Amino acid sequence: MSTQYPALLVTIPLLSGFVISAAGWLNRRLCFYIAVIALAGSAFSCFGVLLQVLQEGHVTYHLGGWDPPWGIEYYVDYLNGLVLVVVSTVALVNLIATKRSVEEEFQEKIGPFYTLYAFMVTGLLGIVVTGDAFNLYVLLEITALSGYGLLGMGKNDRATLSTLNYLYMGTIGACFYLLGIGYLYIVTGSLNMRDIAQILPSLYGSKAVLAAFIICLVGVWAKMAFFPFHGWLPNAYTHASSAASSLIAPLVTKVMIYVMIRLMLTIFTPAFTFSVAQLSKPVVWLAVAAIVMGGIFALAQRDLKKMLTYIIVAEVGYMVGGAWLGNRAGMTGAILHILNDALMTLCVFLVAGNIVYKVKGCAFDDLKGLMRKMPFTMGAFVVGALSIIGVPPTCGFFSKWYLISGAIQAGQYAFVVALLFSSLVNVVLFFRVIEIGYYEPAGSHHGHEHHPEPMDEAPLTMLVPLFIVAAGLILVGLYTGDIVNRIIELAIPNGIV
Amino acid sequence: MEDIVQTVVAKYNYWIYITLMMMGLYAMIAKNNLIKKIVGMNIFQTAIILFYVSIGVKKGATIPIIKALHGHHEAINPAEYMNPLPHVLMLTAIVVGVATLGVALAFAIRVYNRYNTLEEDEILSQIRTKTEEI
Amino acid sequence: MKAIGFVIVLLTGGFLIYAAADFPGWGDPNSPASLHVSPYYLENTVEQTHVPNAVTSVVADYRGYDTMFETTVIFTAGVVCFFLLRTLLRKEPEDRLYRHVLTGVTIRVKEGKLPPSEEFERIDTTWTPHDLIIKTICRLLVPFVQIFALYVICFGHYSPGGGFQGGVILGASIIVYAISTDLRSELQRIREKTDALLSAFGVFLYAGTGALCLLLGFNFLDYHALAPILFVNRVMARSHGIFIVEVGVGIAVMGTMIWIYSVLASRGHYDEGL
Repeated sequence: MSTQYPALLVTIPLLSGFVISAAGWLNRRLCFYIAVIALAGSAFSCFGVLLQVLQEGHVTYHLGGWDPPWGIEYYVDYLNGLVLVVVSTVALVNLIATKRSVEEEFQEKIGPFYTLYAFMVTGLLGIVVTGDAFNLYVLLEITALSGYGLLGMGKNDRATLSTLNYLYMGTIGACFYLLGIGYLYIVTGSLNMRDIAQILPSLYGSKAVLAAFIICLVGVWAKMAFFPFHGWLPNAYTHASSAASSLIAPLVTKVMIYVMIRLMLTIFTPAFTFSVAQLSKPVVWLAVAAIVMGGIFALAQRDLKKMLTYIIVAEVGYMVGGAWLGNRAGMTGAILHILNDALMTLCVFLVAGNIVYKVKGCAFDDLKGLMRKMPFTMGAFVVGALSIIGVPPTCGFFSKWYLISGAIQAGQYAFVVALLFSSLVNVVLFFRVIEIGYYEPAGSHHGHEHHPEPMDEAPLTMLVPLFIVAAGLILVGLYTGDIVNRIIELAIPNGIV
Repeated sequence: MEDIVQTVVAKYNYWIYITLMMMGLYAMIAKNNLIKKIVGMNIFQTAIILFYVSIGVKKGATIPIIKALHGHHEAINPAEYMNPLPHVLMLTAIVVGVATLGVALAFAIRVYNRYNTLEEDEILSQIRTKTEEI
Repeated sequence: MKAIGFVIVLLTGGFLIYAAADFPGWGDPNSPASLHVSPYYLENTVEQTHVPNAVTSVVADYRGYDTMFETTVIFTAGVVCFFLLRTLLRKEPEDRLYRHVLTGVTIRVKEGKLPPSEEFERIDTTWTPHDLIIKTICRLLVPFVQIFALYVICFGHYSPGGGFQGGVILGASIIVYAISTDLRSELQRIREKTDALLSAFGVFLYAGTGALCLLLGFNFLDYHALAPILFVNRVMARSHGIFIVEVGVGIAVMGTMIWIYSVLASRGHYDEGL
């Protein structure tokens, strides 16, 4: 059975989606438990695949029994294996943590919600594990459609229009990616990623190949909300329900960053990406603009969730800029940041979910006195904030370190300045929130007797996963050396200095 | 000059489909009505589908259903059958386009239920007045 | 906005056209796309899968994994439409309209009281009088359309056709019935729960076939594994595997088409509509 792990990790959530859908009509209480079992099985398979990759270097799986390039192939190497583990773990932790808020927000529609949850996880895992360019497009669309459904169903009225704008941008992005793959197919005749990488080097001078690269990149950038295609992200993630946003915000943009790195390193080898294409400087400038703009807009917000979404825009800027720096340190920083940013974003969005569950809102005015009322939740928020700012020993510090050293090595000093500026802005943002948390609510207690606010913490099913994530932030930070040396160093091909 | 004319005539399918794609893209970006944007999205996706299908055409070839069957073992010459792979890929793309269209229409119905209009500027002004009241 | 849109479109279109200058010409039999992967499919489809229609064998066998996800996409669209629009807690409308069947007189009954006698039928605010010609012709057409749809699904191996095409025609036959009479009578014949379970079952059949192959020791969706179960040799097992999978796709697409149509046409309420 262990040779079948690559297929199992996608098939188990897929089959469970149909079972959950049927259970939603017949007996609603089973939906959550089926989803937990399925995602746990999938996470177990992901760990199994990563262990196999650590032993053997790479794992291939031929679907339908056909050899590539005639059939579809799964190819798992170090980069894949790491992102697979991240995606499945984040999805499982989020499922358990948001059980209560899902039951409160979607009473009879729990069946469809968990069905879409399972399909979204299937799509994300499939995007990461596949080795076929067209299969990636189909899975991109599954992820996108279930994402539209999950985000569009919020109690907030504005969720519908925001998600419709996300739908337009997402469809443009996916169609551009499809067009790019079409251009590649016309000039090479193949759809398998490694096969294309073998055929392309003789065609590097042709205009069609460069155009295919740029079109695919633009499509992926539109889907990951890279500047200037970022307009849809703040509205879509803010107005969604807390369970949906804490699943989608940590994962979708990071998986799109993975797709971009796959395009850059595997399909178009580093020789093409950094030498022939000549795109590094403009892209790094766009990344600088994304980071600066994300920071400035985040400063202007009065709502916790919207501030966090602008921070996501800046984080995407870190990763794209780091990947395009063109040296090992920058690429290591970008890949390490995929892991770190997924955990950090999950942590802060789970905190926002807890706050919304208890206080019914997360504007800054609602946050007053929360340090007394919900000390454990705010403690985890402090750990997440330290990680986003980049304080050792949390993991955020190490990825920033790699990005800065890569930028200095490549001579892109604007990127270094942008990273430091972003850290300062994050300090201001998070300390402002923590400070508001210390104020007493207005008009409660004057005089000398200060009765502390009674502690009204979120239920245990929401707190325990949050602690696991916050502890994970510190643990991943402490083990960064191992992760970088055993996995990430081997994921970057030798073409990069 | 001869070269350019030759290029234009030999690849006219690509020019037509790219023009169609750009018309769909323009509708998605520039139009105000939500339904017109959805129609533009459909045009854009359909143009990409036609673009792919035109890749598989071969001069003088027939549809990719093999004539030799059940005992006739003539050698199969791939040059007399059309390329089946773009057709396969576009079956998938058509289905994906229909699914996205259905979801977009469901969203449009929800927007209409809430705001009673489908023009984007009116919806945005309704949202702005509502946030100013709060 | 229009000016910006025009500029963006011109730049993008110009870029795409400039890049297409390197492409092979229209109908060139020596283009890379015709020489690299697709000749293998054309040469080997009959001897490896016993299916002469190369498109069906590629869709359901060589690249069957893509098709499974494509069917999941359409099922997901049905679930999303249901999730977004369907209001399950219906508020009973206060004023209802009833029409006397024999004379055509319409009355309005307030606040949920019952109509005066059995001869009144309930109508909606968007009711249109039923046209006898359309109603009769559609009722006559539906069985023929369904037989044609089943033919398209089953003959996908030998002529253009397959699961998607047949499934859409099947769904269209039910939708024609819904358009010609009204949504409520169509829903009485196929309930929403049946629709949803049918679509889920269709895709589950596809994915379940793949999982069955996995459990029998082969790779996922490797139809060779079905040879001992179906008592045929390996090549025929592939042909039968393709057929089972196409049937699953047809059922899923039919269920989802009807589901999406009924959710969108009734705006989620299921008590008003055509």
